[in-house]
Amino acid sequence: MEIDNKNLYGVGALFTSPDKVSEAAAKIAEQGYQNWDVHSSYPIHGMPKKMKLKWSPLGYVALILGLSGTSFGLFLTYWTMSVDYPMIIGGKPSFSLPAFIPVLFELTVLLAAVGTALTMLFILFKFPNNRHPLHDTDYMREISVDKSGILIEANDKKFNYDEVHTLLTSLGADKILDIHLDPSEVNYTPKILEPKFLIFIIIVAFLTSFLGYFVNNKLLFMPPFDFMVDQHRNDVQSRSKFFADGFGMRQPVEGTVARGQKYYPFSGKPELAEANLINPLLTTEEVLALGKKKYNTFCSPCHDYHGTGNSRLNGQFPNPPSLHSEKVRNWKDGHIYHIIVEGQNIMPSYASQLTEKERWAVILYIRALQRSLNAKEEDLK
Amino acid sequence: MKAQYDYTIEPEVIENSPTLAQINDVIAAPMEAPPTKGWKIALAISSTMLLIGAISLGFSFYYGTGLWGNNQPVGWAFPIVNFVFWVGIGHAGTLISAILFLFRQKWRTGIARFAEAMTIFAVMTAGIFPLIHTGRPWLAGYLFPLPNQHGLWVNFTSPLLWDVFAVSTYFTVSLVFWYVGLIPDFAMLRDRTKEKVKKFFYSLLSLGWRHSNRHWNHYEMLYLVLAGFATPLVLSVHTIVSFDFAVSILPGWHTTIFPPYFVAGAVFSGFAMVQNVLIILRKIFKMEHIITIDTLEKMNKVLLATGMMVGYAYGMEFFIAWYSGNPLESFVFVNRAFGNYAWAYWIMVTCNVVIPQLFWIRKLRRNLVVMFIVGVFVNVGMWFERFVITVTSLSRDFLPSSWDYYKPTLTDFGILIGSFGLFFTLVILFIKFAPVVSISEVKGVLKSSQPHHH
Repeated sequence: MEIDNKNLYGVGALFTSPDKVSEAAAKIAEQGYQNWDVHSSYPIHGMPKKMKLKWSPLGYVALILGLSGTSFGLFLTYWTMSVDYPMIIGGKPSFSLPAFIPVLFELTVLLAAVGTALTMLFILFKFPNNRHPLHDTDYMREISVDKSGILIEANDKKFNYDEVHTLLTSLGADKILDIHLDPSEVNYTPKILEPKFLIFIIIVAFLTSFLGYFVNNKLLFMPPFDFMVDQHRNDVQSRSKFFADGFGMRQPVEGTVARGQKYYPFSGKPELAEANLINPLLTTEEVLALGKKKYNTFCSPCHDYHGTGNSRLNGQFPNPPSLHSEKVRNWKDGHIYHIIVEGQNIMPSYASQLTEKERWAVILYIRALQRSLNAKEEDLK
Repeated sequence: MKAQYDYTIEPEVIENSPTLAQINDVIAAPMEAPPTKGWKIALAISSTMLLIGAISLGFSFYYGTGLWGNNQPVGWAFPIVNFVFWVGIGHAGTLISAILFLFRQKWRTGIARFAEAMTIFAVMTAGIFPLIHTGRPWLAGYLFPLPNQHGLWVNFTSPLLWDVFAVSTYFTVSLVFWYVGLIPDFAMLRDRTKEKVKKFFYSLLSLGWRHSNRHWNHYEMLYLVLAGFATPLVLSVHTIVSFDFAVSILPGWHTTIFPPYFVAGAVFSGFAMVQNVLIILRKIFKMEHIITIDTLEKMNKVLLATGMMVGYAYGMEFFIAWYSGNPLESFVFVNRAFGNYAWAYWIMVTCNVVIPQLFWIRKLRRNLVVMFIVGVFVNVGMWFERFVITVTSLSRDFLPSSWDYYKPTLTDFGILIGSFGLFFTLVILFIKFAPVVSISEVKGVLKSSQPHHH
């Protein structure tokens, strides 16, 4: 008997009636066995109480994990939105808790639910465990179908082969089975440096590096993958093959007035502009500074910094006449304004470059330039 | 006949009191028998639909999203309509598996597994749409707050980002819930099968589960915890989906009724879909005693209740549009009912509010043909609800000069068909390779399986 039972894992008893197995479990628990278990393919009501099992700690696990999820979410939202890259969205403070609640909630649920399940399976149950001695036994097969069973393990302190047999029979078991360890499984120790495992590792390493290279360096540059930097577009001043006139930059649609600009009623009528338009600006330092800035940017390339018409374009574009001529000096501000808006001869319109205020400021600056070469008597005083 | 409808006695959840072994046999039968002709035909049809979707998507990726009807001002068209529709379908599964579990509704046992599977497949299908709607799905990694070389983070105050978190959490938690439920069943199949390949995979999937009551003690607690978390989760998911609309300022979207209204609508359409597929399933797999007519009747009652909630929301939207005194709001709602998309609005009202009223009559509630047809109508109606909400508001926005009439293209329809193809292909594969009914749960609710006094 002793030799036969060297590899004995335990003694199992099969029951058909759920009532009997409940009673039997209660009795075995009373007798003080420790390493024993009840098996059934569905949870039997009241069994944890009969087996004197402790309340499952998973509720606390879920609580801790859930609170960790909340804290992590709070840290993530706070740190990203308020510390690392602060942004003001919708005029709200960069740390706006109400807007973070959905993310906090989802992270709480995610960590609690997934973490609790993994804790149960991999920490409490120590799964995966397909090498457990109960697998592939008749005992397990019958339980999977319609029996419930009680198993007392041989390593229990109170275990005595004959006593356990009589106890289980007296409790009304339909069938009693001895469950043995598989000797080959008992002596099995997994080795890390098995050739099979090494080959597996090499194949995985090769595949990952190849795939990583292929995806990052080849695949992402094939159609349909395209990235904005590589897409067809017209750069500023570049030629367009798409538009009939070949210009990449487009004119505003005819008859439209851009936002912030006004309709110009004197188109083609410089005399009317001269008669009706009055410069609204006063000659202040500020206005002259603005006028100088704009003049130097937009006008000076042709008209020269001093209005002499000595173009910096070195003959690529015909030189304009001087702004110091008698004619220009006698024009009223409205006339110059008209020319800025509409252009004249080969000078194009500068309406889109200069706002209304800037045009008037430029005119005042031109007046200042004119006066610098044709100063009046009183200026010397 | 009257005795049959005696509601004072709770009907048996599982009829004909089968033995535990018979339950194993019935539920494992579809996985063991060779594929039937009907199954092959169904798979052929659904995978053809899937292929149509794949081709449409391929064209969309190659030539760009210009193949779709989306254009100013209707930028959120079919992709978002389909997304909301499919996420909504998923909600029934979690409602059945989590909320009814917390309410101790035993009749859920026969249908919970299948409904959960449908949740997962529906959310998978739904997940495709926001990705393709971005036009560049291969850059979807930027949706997650991953550290990157630009030093940029996602905008945690945006409803669209909440959506990413809600839908991905929902999918993960549903998958865990479903898989945890499947472990004991895989163990049963592992002990039952004699084929080596099957045995290998079932062993792998069952993780070595051994029906131990010490394990069941933890397992039942885990199930309670998961159900407890999944319940607020499922309510949050469609709430957040509705925020995508409600947090914007567009009239017709900017309403506080949206979260409850969307959740009720989601459960409504989800139940209709579950009920439709179950009617076919119980017939072909001879599971009429497990998925009983009483269970289906209870589902129809849920359909009626949620349908009334949706109908109430439709009415309340109109009332508030008038009562708020906001001319933009009242314009949008008058336009919905009598404007350019009036046809869609009245399809929606007919299918969602009028037709489910048939379920007030007991006989119709218990009639398989009638309930199937009503279920189909409800799903059509709920799809149109999302269409009406998304498209009517956008096509008549604040700026009358940009008003336009949205028309979907053939590619749009191809992708819609493909989404149904994906969903049903997954369902058809699932019923062949995994138990469609939870074996351990059904065994647990049999009267003969539990001790009489404990």
